[in-house]
Amino acid sequence: MALQTIERTARNLVHTVQDYSLFAWQAFMNLWSPPRYWPDFLIQSDIIGVGSTSIVLLSGFFTGGVLALQSAATLSQFGATAVTGRFVSITMIRELGPVLTGIMVAGRNASSMASELGSMVVTEQIDAMRALGVDPMRELITPRIFACISMLFFLTIVADAFGILGGAAVTVFLNHQNGTQYFSMAWEHLRYPDIIQGLVKPLFSGYIIASVGCFYGMRTSGGTEGVGRSTIQAVVNASVLIIFVDFLITQVLLTLFPSP
Amino acid sequence: MSESPVVAFHNVSIAFAGPPVLADVSFSIAPGETRILLGPAGVGKSVLLKLVNGLLRPDRGSILLFGEEISQMAEENLFPLRNRIGMVFQEGALFDSLSVRDNVAYQLIAERVPDDEIDRRVREALRFVELEETFDLFPGSLSGGMKRRVAIARAFLRQPELLLYDSPTGGLDPVTSTTIIELIVKERDVYRTPSILVTHRLQDAFTLCTHRFDAEHGHMISLPKGQTDPSTTFLMLEEGRLIFDGSLDGLIRSGNVFVREFLQ
Repeated sequence: MALQTIERTARNLVHTVQDYSLFAWQAFMNLWSPPRYWPDFLIQSDIIGVGSTSIVLLSGFFTGGVLALQSAATLSQFGATAVTGRFVSITMIRELGPVLTGIMVAGRNASSMASELGSMVVTEQIDAMRALGVDPMRELITPRIFACISMLFFLTIVADAFGILGGAAVTVFLNHQNGTQYFSMAWEHLRYPDIIQGLVKPLFSGYIIASVGCFYGMRTSGGTEGVGRSTIQAVVNASVLIIFVDFLITQVLLTLFPSP
Repeated sequence: MSESPVVAFHNVSIAFAGPPVLADVSFSIAPGETRILLGPAGVGKSVLLKLVNGLLRPDRGSILLFGEEISQMAEENLFPLRNRIGMVFQEGALFDSLSVRDNVAYQLIAERVPDDEIDRRVREALRFVELEETFDLFPGSLSGGMKRRVAIARAFLRQPELLLYDSPTGGLDPVTSTTIIELIVKERDVYRTPSILVTHRLQDAFTLCTHRFDAEHGHMISLPKGQTDPSTTFLMLEEGRLIFDGSLDGLIRSGNVFVREFLQ
């Protein structure tokens, strides 16, 4: 009995990975051939990009502030509070900016994609679209994936910038240190590999968020209860996958651009 | 020589996780013919309808649509064929985020037809279902019956070569159901489009068979007693098997126990 359960679970897992791979690949390849739905791309860019700005901005600002608080407390033991700016900027740009933005956007947008598409599946709107001769993969999925990739890139830059500002606010107003010193440390020690690392990650995270959200939405079954289940699966799997892929990319990029 | 069928099923079977939903189903639809698919809920009627336009694929057997074998056809090759079919879904399946105008004109918008022409054709289709005043409204503000009528307008818009109705009166009150059936009779008698209508409501099926559209007075009237529409015939499913294929007269006289129980 236990063996059967393990076998069934393993088979389901393999099927899910296989289906997801085919789904994500098809959605990606659709961009390179017509018809393309540019108005849908713009609408989704607005929903994902503009709609997520406030949460990304606030979470970035306070994360930068917390980093400055924590690092200053530790660095003061070594008389090195002057390097707070360097610590905050490198941590935000290389790691926390991309990962936090990815997870925040996954919570907001992977869930909304899964629930919106899931509702369309259970009310037969996806079937209606196919019956009307329109490919839902091209009209619904591909614009979401490319909008999410491009918007996450810019949202990560916003998170990085506001994280450094949050760190500056804490450094100046709470730790009573010199703001010019903070910004010069933040700027002078940045290298191109740090920026490349920080801006490559959101490209992968954006792809993961939209493809996972749409995948679980499109395979919804079981009515409104199924929509809820798909939404949870989308957010959980997208968040875990973002952190896992972040780990892989960091490993690869640290090999390509080793620290001096 | 008889005309080739619009749709032909040959020994079609399909199963999901479990026993077969449809098993060895064979039938055909001739040009101008209306086929009423009867059977209790959960017997595979909607599945059969979705097989007709390739929304589902059979496990075995062949399906000919407009003379083309579609059971193994790639999705992108099915789109041109689906453009020639109008389908009305069980709950209407209107797109919530689009207005009635954009719902009805969905295909025309995808084909980048000029706005003026879209407006004219949508108004014409909505006039056919007597809902012209809903042009700018959104589906959320329509009643269940109105949603079905808008879905019918969407299906009729391009004057398709085949119409598929999936329980168009399911869950509606008798008065609204009659309005929907009257529209279907009107379409059948005005355009003679071949169609399949799925229903488990005998009253709707019999009304379709025993009425015609009076174009002069603009409403549906009964055929003389004992007469039925010769182009309207019946199919009946029982646990995935086709147990009846014939006229209303044949249905009423059928000796099959399940058919007799269903009719009673």
